[in-house]
Amino acid sequence: MAVIHDIMPAFELFQPPTVEAAVALLDRYGAQGWVMAGGLDSFDWLKDRIKRPSVLIDLSQIKELRGVRPLNGGLEIGAMTTLTEVVRDPVVRERYSILSTGAEAAASPQIRNQGTIGGNVSQDARCWYYRSGWKCYRAGGNTCYADTPTAINREHAILGADRCVAVNPSDTAPALIALDAQMVIRNSKGERVVNAEDYFIGPGIDIMHMTVLQPGDLLTAIRIPAAWAGAHFYFEKVRDRPVWDFPLVNIASAAVLSGNRIDRIRIAVNGVAAHPVRLKHVEDAVTGKLRDPATADMAGQLAIQGAKPLQHNGYKVPLMRNLVRRAIRGVEGATWAS
Amino acid sequence: MGIVEWARSPWGEEVPIHIAFYLIWVCAIAGLLFMIVHAVWARYFAPPDAYADSTPPAEAARIPEKIARHSLAARMFHWVMALAMFVLLFTAFLPRVGIKFPWVTYHWIAGIVLTVSIVFHIVHATFFMDFWSIWPDKADLAEISRRRRSASSLPRRDAKYPFANKMYHAVIVLTGIAVTVTGVFMMWRVRTPFFPRNPYLFGDMTWGLMYVLHGLAGVGLIALVMVHVYFAVRPDKFEITKSMIFGTMNKEFYLKHHDPERWVPESPSSSERM
Repeated sequence: MAVIHDIMPAFELFQPPTVEAAVALLDRYGAQGWVMAGGLDSFDWLKDRIKRPSVLIDLSQIKELRGVRPLNGGLEIGAMTTLTEVVRDPVVRERYSILSTGAEAAASPQIRNQGTIGGNVSQDARCWYYRSGWKCYRAGGNTCYADTPTAINREHAILGADRCVAVNPSDTAPALIALDAQMVIRNSKGERVVNAEDYFIGPGIDIMHMTVLQPGDLLTAIRIPAAWAGAHFYFEKVRDRPVWDFPLVNIASAAVLSGNRIDRIRIAVNGVAAHPVRLKHVEDAVTGKLRDPATADMAGQLAIQGAKPLQHNGYKVPLMRNLVRRAIRGVEGATWAS
Repeated sequence: MGIVEWARSPWGEEVPIHIAFYLIWVCAIAGLLFMIVHAVWARYFAPPDAYADSTPPAEAARIPEKIARHSLAARMFHWVMALAMFVLLFTAFLPRVGIKFPWVTYHWIAGIVLTVSIVFHIVHATFFMDFWSIWPDKADLAEISRRRRSASSLPRRDAKYPFANKMYHAVIVLTGIAVTVTGVFMMWRVRTPFFPRNPYLFGDMTWGLMYVLHGLAGVGLIALVMVHVYFAVRPDKFEITKSMIFGTMNKEFYLKHHDPERWVPESPSSSERM
């Protein structure tokens, strides 16, 4: 059971000045090394004394991991760039406003000043059974305390549940998937680039991790291609407390239109599964169609196919359906239906 | 470093949750070592392949050229079970050693196939086969006793199944029952079309013990399957393996290794209870 102690268990602290030094440390300590970006997820775990790494690798001193820079007509955002820096970057705001909107929807100003985009996309599940230290599937146990007839699972998954029903809490993740971003990962063997939608994984693949990052891996940057710059964007986040909360459901879409016809579109939803869900089948169904209420209704119905709500999160099904409808129609056409 | 991992339940009990996963490697290495040691022994130290008894020529002449050993139903069961077993082992343990894929659905489907095939085999073996032929009998025990008294004497020929084969079968029965019974109950922990998920079917301790038993049987099957495949591909056992494919073994192999008084030969067309 989680107990807030305020005093963290002892660990050896490293503050490498370069990516190479960080990667070398990760290679040396492997699964014993805990990577800390802004610390907003890490300090919860450490102060609750649920995670007890022997080595903590603080990335805050690595300057090359910070900043937004142009790359091949698109952008490269260092993984340690704060959410506030992402929100305020003029190029992001002008060409990829869906990302600045998503980043601005995350948490509170203080948290955005400290929290990084790399941390935001790599943060762990917020299921309170898991965060409380219960030995559930995600913690290496053999049960899911949130998927029982009496569990409190209002915020949990309606799609893709596989034993664990926790959801991914990131606000920037669906925006990055909609923008067809790529994640740059370094380890001692070199660098690899992973599409954003493949960066996030569900419990069926690996029930103890939310991303493809393995011990020794370091997310160094996020690349956003030019392909979707200046597209019609839609981002919406529904949460209990509008001022500061994790998403119940959020959605991000990027569409290129010819008149009112959808030429191409990417849509991603988060808060409904253990990973942000790209709605490829919806994208395929609406491509070439008019952006009108009929298309939006069809897309909404299609999006929720296969949804299996738990005891207390049935509301997420119409919520997701309506968000998809609104994303298809765009801001000017957004309406709600029960 | 124990063989079981423990956790504290929400009610403060220390409960087992599963086996320690290093046992996967322990069993894989044990299986590999067995194969290496046996192969070296068989190549350099094993006594000649000779038996104390033989069949008189007149009697041998009456024995058909092909002796029926496994019926089509028995062979189909064996290969379906083998396929299910491989799927189960790969889906269970590859993700644990770093090869990630969505394994749960494949695992429980293969588990159902294995369970159904085992139920079929029990019914088939009980009512349509010579049930006792695979179990150690008095003659096996007498032979063991005789050879303990006189280690230098040649062994007598086997019945339908050699004693080691019978013992292997007995161990497979135990592990198979353990893994399938626990596996069927564990299906209540995952989402399947068959019944509503119910993690409260048992208490945490019972569930934990079930996971541990499932895991122990599972890792045990790694070694057992490795050993089984090893013997199946050994040249000196290949006639037995062929009989599991084609249903028959040849007369020469039969007369050399099997005692017609303990395993009455039947030609393929006349065999019913195999």
